Amino acid sequence: MLEKLLFQGLIGLSFSMYLWLLASGLTLVFGVLGVLNFAHGSLFMLGAYATFTFYGKLGFNFWVSIGLSLISVGCVGAVLERFFIRRIYDLDLPYQLILTFGFILIFDDLVKMAWGGVAMIPPMPRFFEGNLSVFGRPFPIYNLFIIAAGFGVAIILWLILEMTWWGRMIRASASDREMASAIGINIPILFTTVFVFAAMLAALGGALGTPVRVVAPGIGTAMIIQAFVITVIGGLGNLKGAFVGALIVGILTAFGILLFPVFELFIIFVVMAVVLMVKPEGLFGK
Amino acid sequence: MKNFKNLLLIALILFLLLLPTFAGKYLLYMTINILILSVFALGFNLLLGYTGLLSFGQAGFFAMGAYASGKILLVIPSLLLGAIAGMAAGGVSALILGYLCVRHTRIYFSMLTLSFGMMIYSLAWKWRDVTGGDDGLVGIPRAPFEIPGILTINMNPMENYYYFVLVISLIAIFILYRIVNSPFGLTLKGIRDSENRVAFAGISIRNYRLLSFTFAGLYAGLAGSLLPPLENTVTPPLAHWTHSAEPVMVTLLGGIHTFSGPIVGSILFYLIKDIIVRYTQYWLIWFGSIVVFLVLIFRGGVVIFFTERVWPLLKRT
Repeated sequence: MLEKLLFQGLIGLSFSMYLWLLASGLTLVFGVLGVLNFAHGSLFMLGAYATFTFYGKLGFNFWVSIGLSLISVGCVGAVLERFFIRRIYDLDLPYQLILTFGFILIFDDLVKMAWGGVAMIPPMPRFFEGNLSVFGRPFPIYNLFIIAAGFGVAIILWLILEMTWWGRMIRASASDREMASAIGINIPILFTTVFVFAAMLAALGGALGTPVRVVAPGIGTAMIIQAFVITVIGGLGNLKGAFVGALIVGILTAFGILLFPVFELFIIFVVMAVVLMVKPEGLFGK
Repeated sequence: MKNFKNLLLIALILFLLLLPTFAGKYLLYMTINILILSVFALGFNLLLGYTGLLSFGQAGFFAMGAYASGKILLVIPSLLLGAIAGMAAGGVSALILGYLCVRHTRIYFSMLTLSFGMMIYSLAWKWRDVTGGDDGLVGIPRAPFEIPGILTINMNPMENYYYFVLVISLIAIFILYRIVNSPFGLTLKGIRDSENRVAFAGISIRNYRLLSFTFAGLYAGLAGSLLPPLENTVTPPLAHWTHSAEPVMVTLLGGIHTFSGPIVGSILFYLIKDIIVRYTQYWLIWFGSIVVFLVLIFRGGVVIFFTERVWPLLKRT
């Protein structure tokens, strides 16, 4: 029994990593730019479609495909920030949410136009094929790679934010935008780079997901809502919180499917509501 | 302006009453949908425009109304009973969940309503015994309108059902108009503009917010209850958060600070959709672009744009 639970936990852990890659960008953008970006899930979806095209259709090398997807989604993010998101920093919440929701509609239909409405499953890279025996059960090697990648991104993000000049500028403008601007930080450029960086994180999540999850037009709206749950649990704008939140939601989902298959989704939203009622600033909020 | 407004209102109601004499089935079907969305969005705007709270879970209450009315109609074929059940389901669930939601404002309120709406969605989706799961409730009859011993009207012709929805919607809209112009409505506006001052006047802000939330849920439930007899089915996507975005969009489209904003927004929503789908199946690209354009260029909404920009221009010439 214990082995079964541990195994299920490992499956949950690998699912957590997609959620973490998505939620990290969402919470970073909220923390620094102050915009809650509904369209963040659509960037995840675009990353998945781009990888599917470069890798599955055009036959590029797996790693090159991921790199190309990140660059293309990064460009989409740059346009999005420069021409649209930048104009809504100071608007009320309803306008921010609805503008970014408008982009969900646009991206969903663009994807249907370009790739058709059917779900697709691209091939798995050969070097990740096969299973490992964990607790006597077959565990896909690819999932281990996902777990490693998720932790890797977490460490890199932490290093960037804590150790680099760019990270220091981000933290400075997140805590006081005017002051940061006064001491000579170029806020507009910094914000664009942060947004592009976040878009690339989302695209990475989508790209890494392509070999094992279906690529379909609805995945953006399905994922973004989970990312919302995570950022709320961890505290809006809090990266450490997003990591822990992703672990909670991913593992809870895995056990929910095992133990109460009917109410697995319900439980996640109960957790979100309870956190909001008891500690609205999130588990790691100030 | 005042006379013009009344004239416009009378003309609009006359037009709606006479519509079945010249309109086909499709136009009636579309008008019913516009009326349902108007009632839904008007209730939502009591929260957003008048109380200053953005709910992202209104689809949950809409679905509560739709499922309650569907369940009733499957057992007792009475249209009025279905509508009352839907209204009660929306109102009561909003009262209970609202009690938990109104402790917060701003983004925390929005996130809390989002999570409750999605709880209702996941129940509708997975609680197969009660809701029929992802198939939903099917074969819901368009029951006759019945007051026992007095009259029975067959609702199968689309015109008859259209009149039923029209009368219910007009009554609901009129009542809401009276509500927002009552002392209660003014207090809500006061809370929106300056929470502290209203609190200093000795008014319980939380109770007023809760009441406003309950009304919004009641209207969502009523709107939801009108849908099953039209479509004969109720399915889980009605409760999904993307459906909650619909009243937000049409309200912003029409304008949040005018009473008629949500109605104008609903009309435009269906009109835009109807026009675009004639040319392309990918109408959401265009609708999404309109939404983006709207937020960036004229945030006041169409109604304000007309009354403050176009109307003075017309009057001068």
